[in-house]
Amino acid sequence: MTTRTTHAIQCICCPTSCLGEADVEDGRVVETRGLTCEVGEAYAADEVVAPKRTVTTTVRVTGGKLHLLPVVSERPVPKEAVRDCVRLLRGVEVAAPIETGRVIVADALGLGVAFRASRDISAAPPQSAQV
Amino acid sequence: MREATYDVVAIGGGPAGMAAALAAKEAGAERVLIIERDRELGGILQQCIHNGFGLTRFNEELTGPAYADRYIKMVGAAGVDAWLDCTVLAAEPGGAITCVGPSTGLTTVKAKAVVHSMGCRERTRGAIRIPGTRPAGVFTAGAAQRMVNMEGYLPGRDVVIVGSGDIGLIMARRLTLEGARVRAVFEIMPYSNGLTRNIVQCLQDFDIPLYLSHSVVAVHGHDRVTGVTVAEVDADLRVRPGTEFDMACDCVLLSIGLIPENELGKAIGIQSDRVTGGAVVDQYRQTSVPGFFAAGNVLHVHDLVDLVSEESAAAGQSAAQFARGLLPDSARQRPVSAGPGLRSVVPQRLSPAAPGRFSASFYFRASRPMGPSILTLRGDDGAVIWNRKLSKGVKPSEMIVAQIPYARFARAEALEFALAPDEAAEAELKSKREAKL
Repeated sequence: MTTRTTHAIQCICCPTSCLGEADVEDGRVVETRGLTCEVGEAYAADEVVAPKRTVTTTVRVTGGKLHLLPVVSERPVPKEAVRDCVRLLRGVEVAAPIETGRVIVADALGLGVAFRASRDISAAPPQSAQV
Repeated sequence: MREATYDVVAIGGGPAGMAAALAAKEAGAERVLIIERDRELGGILQQCIHNGFGLTRFNEELTGPAYADRYIKMVGAAGVDAWLDCTVLAAEPGGAITCVGPSTGLTTVKAKAVVHSMGCRERTRGAIRIPGTRPAGVFTAGAAQRMVNMEGYLPGRDVVIVGSGDIGLIMARRLTLEGARVRAVFEIMPYSNGLTRNIVQCLQDFDIPLYLSHSVVAVHGHDRVTGVTVAEVDADLRVRPGTEFDMACDCVLLSIGLIPENELGKAIGIQSDRVTGGAVVDQYRQTSVPGFFAAGNVLHVHDLVDLVSEESAAAGQSAAQFARGLLPDSARQRPVSAGPGLRSVVPQRLSPAAPGRFSASFYFRASRPMGPSILTLRGDDGAVIWNRKLSKGVKPSEMIVAQIPYARFARAEALEFALAPDEAAEAELKSKREAKL
């Protein structure tokens, strides 16, 4: 016999912050209500059974105009792996110059998710102002 | 002293200044300059390393630095000049800007139009008069964000956050991931001042408790903060005696609101709005001083950068039109006011419509959280001339935007907006809930 359970879903995908519900049967979302877009429906499908989050943190930079490079996971990772991803990146160091989008870690923790640079960092010494 | 001449100058090179400069260039201003006091363009976005930016502007989810990067490259490609490390000391009516920096020296820039895009700053402990000692370890959330994300320092290991603004919520998650223990967030209001998505992904994900209707009544510690005393407050925000409790910590972060950094506007007597703290503007974002425009957080504090970009582009476009003598004369102005249910509205007045523009955008803050609501616009005769149902409900922390065709209010001499609960929708919602039970 299959049982159906209903879970409240507070969508985090955009500022609209839809409050919806998801019905789960056999560990799978079978129906959602109150979510107003496809992104939200996909979020709900994952959130009840296998929640995922985009991870952002920083890594050390050598020889750069700045000391820290912000990085972002190119896809959301399983929620329980978030802390381990940050821990992994804490030990990573990258040499400037760096351009936005460069892969900093190709496959974090074997999750199949890459971390990429969020910005450019030019090599030291600091550039002077353009006048 | 050096001199330079520009058509449009944006003061401040964050998202507002960049969007204004870009739009000014696109609207035909030949010489456009951004003056930025920091070492690079991008403003506060550069320390907002989290994702969630750009969903409406770029139709994808970006981090703060990535959003800034897009604009830095666009203004560069458009041929906008940028002076970095350069501080504006004064910007006089008529457009004489005095600025100073290591590479520019003391320079006077003559501008045909000026866009104020200086952003905002954080309210500090003094603003809410938290009693107690004055130890080290009490920071604003944004200062802590810069320390952690750009300089590489952790401001503390046991952290208490006061106020539930978005920066505080974001920092609760960030500090947790960097190994600090965030013990609690205390909010004096009975509702959170942050976006709902941030309550979920920054607090609930990490089991960080949010205490609503709680206020810090004392800070303890001599050299370094050692803890706080917290108490519950009643509906009038007065402390309920006997509810006090202590919480140990070595760091207190304040996320208690933002105020426009509008000193340059005040210095030349630009009329300001007591509620927003920014200038009073018309739909072109022109202030009471001709040729001076304002956009972004210096005008009114936004919650989304996408809206800052949108508003600032409108201001930049208008500034270019002013510089070219194409902006309609603003002599006849109609007042726009925020009535019951609303805390603020921008713009606060309307100038005659420019050719080719058929609607105006209005930005609102609700005065309190409400369920399904109706936003109405009344003319000076009191008749409702426009309304919109906000079926998802409203929160003071989430700005309401409405684009309204000029035709709807063409004949009104004064406009008043109001926000009230949509009783029909609420009743329907209630009956649905009951049917389910």
